[in-house]
Amino acid sequence: MSILLKHPGESSNDDLPPEGKAAAHSRRTFLFQLSLALNGAVGIVLAIPLIGYLLGPAMKKSSTVGAWLKLGSVDDFPVGETRLTDFQSPVASLGDGETAKVACWVRHISPRQFQVFAINCAHLGCPVRWFAQSKLFLCPCHGGAYYEDGARASGPPERGLFEYKYKIAGGSLMIHAGDMPTLATEASCDKKRLIQIDGAETAS
Amino acid sequence: MSVKERVISGGIAGYRWLEHRLGLIQPLTQAAEHPTPSNSASWWYVFGSAATVLLILQVVTGILLALVYSPSANEAWASLQVLNHNIPLGWYLRAIHGWGSDFMVAIVLIHMMQVFLFGAFKFPRELTWIIGVGLLVLTLGMAFTGQVMRFDQDAYWGLGIGASIASRVPLVGAPLVHLILGGPILGAPTLSRFFALHVFVIPGILIGAVGLHVWLVLFHGVSDWPMPGRLVRKSTYELQYHELTEKTGLPFVPDAAWKDAMFAAAVILAVLACAFFFGPFGPTGQPDPTIIQTAPKPDFAFLWIYAVLAFLPPEIETPVMLVVPVLAIAAMLLLPLFAGEGERHWARRPVAVLMLTVIAVSLGIFTHLGTYTPWSPIMSAWTSDPVPPKYLRGRGPLEHQGALVLQDKQCRDCHSLDGAGGLRGPALDDIASRMTEDQIVRQVLQGGGNMPAYGNALNPSETKALVSFLTTLRGDNLAPAVDASRTLTRNP
Repeated sequence: MSILLKHPGESSNDDLPPEGKAAAHSRRTFLFQLSLALNGAVGIVLAIPLIGYLLGPAMKKSSTVGAWLKLGSVDDFPVGETRLTDFQSPVASLGDGETAKVACWVRHISPRQFQVFAINCAHLGCPVRWFAQSKLFLCPCHGGAYYEDGARASGPPERGLFEYKYKIAGGSLMIHAGDMPTLATEASCDKKRLIQIDGAETAS
Repeated sequence: MSVKERVISGGIAGYRWLEHRLGLIQPLTQAAEHPTPSNSASWWYVFGSAATVLLILQVVTGILLALVYSPSANEAWASLQVLNHNIPLGWYLRAIHGWGSDFMVAIVLIHMMQVFLFGAFKFPRELTWIIGVGLLVLTLGMAFTGQVMRFDQDAYWGLGIGASIASRVPLVGAPLVHLILGGPILGAPTLSRFFALHVFVIPGILIGAVGLHVWLVLFHGVSDWPMPGRLVRKSTYELQYHELTEKTGLPFVPDAAWKDAMFAAAVILAVLACAFFFGPFGPTGQPDPTIIQTAPKPDFAFLWIYAVLAFLPPEIETPVMLVVPVLAIAAMLLLPLFAGEGERHWARRPVAVLMLTVIAVSLGIFTHLGTYTPWSPIMSAWTSDPVPPKYLRGRGPLEHQGALVLQDKQCRDCHSLDGAGGLRGPALDDIASRMTEDQIVRQVLQGGGNMPAYGNALNPSETKALVSFLTTLRGDNLAPAVDASRTLTRNP
């Protein structure tokens, strides 16, 4: 601080009588407190949109996110086999590039019975791989293993693989996809129903 | 007046003009020359300044990388390829930034260990330590978000791991996942927000906190060398420190600072050398989630966490994941408040030394495990590692058939034979000397103890063949395992 600057006690109202100084001081103190209150109020008004913007993505209910999409023709998946396929995420956003693609495992059990597993391990989300010979899904990260029906076999996962809801409509396999599957976000929402066309079947 | 005198007087006039308007040169010079106890002008006291110099290196190289890097999910990976291959010295800048990051994490940890061992966090430097803990967290935050910037397969699945950990938080798991990802899936908004964290938010806080940390070092003075028996007391310490600096004080610059400067130069040189000889980190494969032939792995600083997550039993994993980090950071923050007085010398603080040793050794072991992930199945072992011929010699057709089953059913992905194969399950070289035939059958069909059940994947003839092969594996001709109860029931 510059030596030329006066301390408050020596400033411009030096020539005021003590009562005048006190009055001026208490008036300024009040105005300063008023300015603090005003800035607090402005701060709150400012904070609402800022926090709202920041928390925007967290506010969407995960059960409403997602859409039905066609995974392929039923004939693309031979009965008795589990095959890797992928689709474009229905909730992709601008500039996602390759990350908008989602892989999944399709198990065709019997002509009208499927299981569609998320690629993400239920432990920490790494991509699981199917081994047809030993009928196991294995995770490369921490060694989680699942049976052919997605049930937990061994390792750190506490549950089986995440499953997408599916329907067969007009010879096509449809799944409902939305959130990236984690323990808190489901692979597919349960609120939206597919509009029933040409006798679509529902399966859980 | 000679030319020389003119130049000098001109220089002095220039200095006076500047300092009269700036007012910073004099106080900064005084701060630089502040007296420090002669016993703390030591090579042990150089790590903090080295970490600061590394931070400056990271800021400079980071800005230079940002000139080319595209923080967009569909271009980031390609822009790193451009940096690596098309921009002159782009690879070297990436390498310096990457190695600088590893060095910074290491130096910050060493600095923290030294301060802990020397008891330098005690009165009156408690707040210096607390801010230092914040700096450690911020440095690790930079390392994690920096790994995301590489936006390759490791970064993509690493973010997935982060989101999966967040999804385990009770009640707010789903909103938290969406907050981290910036939307329902991992994509463009995810990279953008991690870019904002890595480039604006964390560095901003980090630089401010470093400034505060350095101010506190100046305010309280560099801590004196600990002596056994010289106790820290709130009533006397500051007076004693003042006397010590009066008696033995040296101006920090240059008498102590030359060691800091030498060490900082050596560290920067080491970063430059590592960057030159070992090159940049990645990027690994492109961030395409449909390419699943990948074994994601975090960077060096987080390998130990990756390892711990493999070993936690499922029942306690979520509580441990969510509670232990909070407790660990809280313990570090509260340390100086509970141990702010007393003995500083390590020889008189056995619990502190033991704790530090246990933590350091544990982190070292987990990091080492993280480098070769013995818990992960080796997905290609069943096709790449044939059954060693010595294990087929003298075996009959059924056993040969069993060896085929062993290969075909991917047993080698988790079990090794003759050192080749996965390490998740026990090696099978001497399995028959440890398990009886009945036990092997049960283990294969029903699984258990971290092994899946193969009852559905094996038909009876395959099981028979596999088990008959396994019963021939007795290591160096050890005795076969026997069921003691059987001999008892047969020969009462």
